[in-house]
Amino acid sequence: MDTLNLDQHISNQFNADLEQLRTQFLEMGGLVEQQVADAVRAIETADGALAEKVRRTESEIDRRELELDRVCTLILARRQPAASDLRLVLMVTRATADLERIGDEANKIAKMAIALNEDGASPRGYVELRHIAARVLKLVNLALDAFARFDVDTAKTVVRDDSLVDQEYRTAIRELITYMMEDPRSISRVMNIMWALRALERIGDHAGNIAEHVIYLVHGMDVRHMPFNEMEQKIEQRTGKK
Amino acid sequence: MHDILEHKSRVSPKVDLPFMAPTHPIAEPGQRPFAADDYQTVGSPFVDKAKFAMRDVNVFYGEKQAVVNVSLDIAENEVIAMIGPSGCGKSTFLRCLNRMNDTIEACRVSGSIQLDGQEIYSSKMDVVPLRARVGMVFQKPNPFPKSIYENVAYGPKIHGLVNRRVDLDEIVETSLRRAGLWDEVKDRLDAPGTSLSGGQQQRLCIARTIAVSPEVILMDEPCSALDPIATAKIEELIAELSENYTIAIVTHSMQQAARVSHRTAYFHLGKLIEVNDTQKVFTTPDHPLTEAYITGRFG
Repeated sequence: MDTLNLDQHISNQFNADLEQLRTQFLEMGGLVEQQVADAVRAIETADGALAEKVRRTESEIDRRELELDRVCTLILARRQPAASDLRLVLMVTRATADLERIGDEANKIAKMAIALNEDGASPRGYVELRHIAARVLKLVNLALDAFARFDVDTAKTVVRDDSLVDQEYRTAIRELITYMMEDPRSISRVMNIMWALRALERIGDHAGNIAEHVIYLVHGMDVRHMPFNEMEQKIEQRTGKK
Repeated sequence: MHDILEHKSRVSPKVDLPFMAPTHPIAEPGQRPFAADDYQTVGSPFVDKAKFAMRDVNVFYGEKQAVVNVSLDIAENEVIAMIGPSGCGKSTFLRCLNRMNDTIEACRVSGSIQLDGQEIYSSKMDVVPLRARVGMVFQKPNPFPKSIYENVAYGPKIHGLVNRRVDLDEIVETSLRRAGLWDEVKDRLDAPGTSLSGGQQQRLCIARTIAVSPEVILMDEPCSALDPIATAKIEELIAELSENYTIAIVTHSMQQAARVSHRTAYFHLGKLIEVNDTQKVFTTPDHPLTEAYITGRFG
């Protein structure tokens, strides 16, 4: 059953509960997305105030995570959801943890922005950072879109493109290590950028996780820890059979 | 060799059934109440070693068709749950399995229902031993107005399973133990069965059913008149009984179906919509109608 009709329960209260869950998740997602964008901009523009703002907002994300968990627990206890409803609740608890981790990583990037302001700008790495950040932000955005529309194709794109980010991350790291070997005095400053890159790479992974949760939600297939090709095959099998 | 079978009180059947092969709906001329295309059974209705094998079963109450072309296997020692909205034919279908519908004058059954390869609607089939092999537990506990002991001993006596008093005592004790009731009633076996609580009465009825060593136990909403604790005890009992018996249970509680059964069959408007492993039905059902029902989207 691949279409999810959240609003067709006999119980209107149940409809409202699930809709609220979905809305709250998307709100938290929007906030997290903003955090990542702000943190990256704080590094790029050496904006200390913006970095501080990201760090302050972190507690708001934690609060929303707890709130979403509370809502999920209540729905499980009250409604004993089954099938797609059950998968929605499970998916949201899992994906909320991923969002919260993305928030943590944005916080780390903001920390690096502050460190770079104190230690002085890194001589290298900004181009790679901008490039990877743009890709990762797109991934987070697409993952949330995929959830909002229960869209498996978009989710697949996210999983596939996340591996591109991983590749680019490795290339960037190799380059920066070469640079540090040539100019050891820059090591501490370049390391700040490397930590930020590392955080971005992790954010990409979490976006990929969220996309996998969306596939679970729609198709009921657990595609975690599965190579992309195998995942694609399984989805084809599932949708082809219908 | 294949008998075409029909309830004795009605006219003879019109169709030849190919052995074990489910066919398309056999509707009476001018009577096609259901759109066939949407309602093909999905999932895995058939098993390798079937205890019960039903093929193209149709049940009519007069002009009204209650069960439409249902084909399903029940495996040995399996617990199969039948769920669906009221009037979906699940109880009617269950009652076919030991010919309980025989008592309803206007009821007519066609198709093949085999228990261990024997047609149960065959004229050669004697319903009395059949109902001993396929016992039934009803929605409301219905102990006989006799003592607890007599309630359990009655079946073995009339079926002539025992001659000596000691053997009967043993059957009564074993059955009550298996039904999880022995410890609660062993000191008052002479008390009337009706003096027990609702949950105890229901377990007494289960003890009465298993006293005649059935192979299959049919349960028609066995817990709907019981409180949650008594319900939990019956569910526990179902799990234990499934080691020795094949159990088919009709229930309105989807959580109960999810808890006690191995496979779940979903009925809708007389049709068997989906049969799958219970785990699958309640997490990723194949059919949209199953999904709609178990998530409470219609009733």
